[in-house]
Amino acid sequence: MTFTSNDLMAAAPLVLLLALTCGVLLLDLLLRDEQRQISYVLSIASLLATGLSCIAFRVAAPLPAFNGMLVADSLSALVGATLCLLVAGTLAYSRAYIRDRGLFTGEYFTLVLFATFGMLVMASASHLLTLYLGLELLSLSLYALVALRRDSASAIEAAMKYFVLGALSSGMLLYGMSMIYGATGSLQLNAIADHVVTGHANPTILVFGLVFLVAGLGFKLGVVPFHMWVPDVYDGAPSSVTLLLGSAPKLAGLVLMLRILVEALGAQPVLVEWQKMLVILAVLSLALGNITAIAQTNIKRMLAYSTISHMGFVLLGVLSGYGGGYGAALFYTIVYALTALGAFGMITLLSRTGFEAQMLEDFRGLHERNPWYAFVMLVLMFSLTGIPPTVGFYAKLTVLQAIIGQGYLALSVYAVLLSLVGAFYYLRLVKLMYFDAPSAEAPPLLSTPATRALVLANGLGLLALGVLPGALMDWCTQAVLSSL
Amino acid sequence: MSFSSFVFYLFALILLGSALRVITARNPVHCVLYLVLSFASAAGLWVLLEAEFLAIALVLVYVGAVMVLFLFVVMMLDINIERLREGYWDYLVPALAVAGVMVVEMLVVLGGRYFGLLEMPQPEAVAAGHSNTRDLGRVLYTFYAYPFELAAVVLLVAIIAAIALTLRSRKDTRYQNPSQQVGVRKADRVRVLNMPSEKQANGS
Repeated sequence: MTFTSNDLMAAAPLVLLLALTCGVLLLDLLLRDEQRQISYVLSIASLLATGLSCIAFRVAAPLPAFNGMLVADSLSALVGATLCLLVAGTLAYSRAYIRDRGLFTGEYFTLVLFATFGMLVMASASHLLTLYLGLELLSLSLYALVALRRDSASAIEAAMKYFVLGALSSGMLLYGMSMIYGATGSLQLNAIADHVVTGHANPTILVFGLVFLVAGLGFKLGVVPFHMWVPDVYDGAPSSVTLLLGSAPKLAGLVLMLRILVEALGAQPVLVEWQKMLVILAVLSLALGNITAIAQTNIKRMLAYSTISHMGFVLLGVLSGYGGGYGAALFYTIVYALTALGAFGMITLLSRTGFEAQMLEDFRGLHERNPWYAFVMLVLMFSLTGIPPTVGFYAKLTVLQAIIGQGYLALSVYAVLLSLVGAFYYLRLVKLMYFDAPSAEAPPLLSTPATRALVLANGLGLLALGVLPGALMDWCTQAVLSSL
Repeated sequence: MSFSSFVFYLFALILLGSALRVITARNPVHCVLYLVLSFASAAGLWVLLEAEFLAIALVLVYVGAVMVLFLFVVMMLDINIERLREGYWDYLVPALAVAGVMVVEMLVVLGGRYFGLLEMPQPEAVAAGHSNTRDLGRVLYTFYAYPFELAAVVLLVAIIAAIALTLRSRKDTRYQNPSQQVGVRKADRVRVLNMPSEKQANGS
């Protein structure tokens, strides 16, 4: 093998992030406790720099590197930049929260950075081995982050559940990968695709491996019937970690799914097999997520069930089985991750020292306490419901267009009906914020110029995307078409 | 039956038997010892497959290092076996049902029809002096350089996570500070008092 400068070009954002992460890790050792601010600012700066480098080093045609282990293409550039932005937003939202709870430490920042590194590895992987290593890097960092508050029994319990089920799903994914290897004799995604197209691979073994792959992917994305961990982990983890869990990894999970199912196994006769499996997962997720969320009084659990239903919607886009549908699913996931960032971020902003804002009641009368927060939360909830002119409406529309175009009319009617059911619990939160009086013992709100700017940027960004979704949508479609 | 098939079945039987005992033995120390036995038999199987490096690594790393450490931990812990075994029999029936279905599925797919010698011919025998350690080393640091580095990062994350989760610096712990100890001067610790001598009282 030869090592060329192309290899480094393709891996530039990854190399940059890893170098910066190790820099933060080493620098943090030299800092005193009251100087942690420095590593916090450097972590956010590293993420933003990596995000910019994803854009700066983007390539027109897919550029394979390291013997086909990774590939730099439009998809990895778009997803990488978005992931970095999302994680930087996560850190920005949770500053006060982690400081009040003794989590404002170097370990926290470096684990977040390593999780991002894992997601970037997944986004640019073109080999099952690197996909799996990126996934493990992400999962290991997240397990540790969930458990980082050792004095909280609920966090430890959530971490145990997450760890055990995560290990189980990794096992399933690996078993499925070994079957695919057995059928095609390769772990490289393009080589697998070639074997599938030419019909050299035995379809029975492929489908057998596919069952395990879909089950493993279902666990990672948290769709029914592999969703059991989602509400418990979201509820038990510290809110700042829930914020991280609920946004960026969803996008990474979708890319994992696109790389495995579409790039490697996206041709007939396997395509129709996983389409059938995804229909079942999507139908169950939409129903269970939306209906169970109604019964929740805890907002973290409510948003967890809402995540399940939204992931069901994303699966609809994937199962359409053509480029436009994959682009719609990618657009939907990016929009969902940005919305979830705002919604979970608001939960961390409302929490104070010794007080966790996690019940719906805690949002009662938010309009009187801080009209700007309430307005942004209103925009976020409208976007999750899918009410125009927020971007959530446009995202749902494109996914529905994609599946109607492929003849799934009944499925799209079903999805719309269950979104209507979902509107109930999102609008209930709006009613609590605007039409109810705040409770007397509500603690004062944290509202500094920085948090107001962040919240407004998030809310107005989603509104702007809703009015002018074209550019991002085009980028998503183009990324999918040129990369997969 | 050739000699190598005989050895294969022997190791396979020991492996399965000891693996079963790992989960059924009552004493956790026995479980760990059975696990050591199953690793050793697996290493034997790998030698049969001419994967000597993997076999030696398994014995050295897993048996020699990991399991010994494990044994220490298990001996140190005060494990309540009765509590661990709670619900064992309740879960046994559904677990057996699920396992049974999976075994049938795997038999259907993994049987001779798809993975038999006709479909997957035996690889050519390698020359006598062939070293697969050299082969592994050669591809590991060239062809697989990128995943190799990623694996190193995974280990780094594991180290950070393990330290972050277990290191506790308690404020009330008493500890010694060697640099302070070395820097101590006589004047800090010893006080020479100048006391006027006293007349000893006359004994009774």
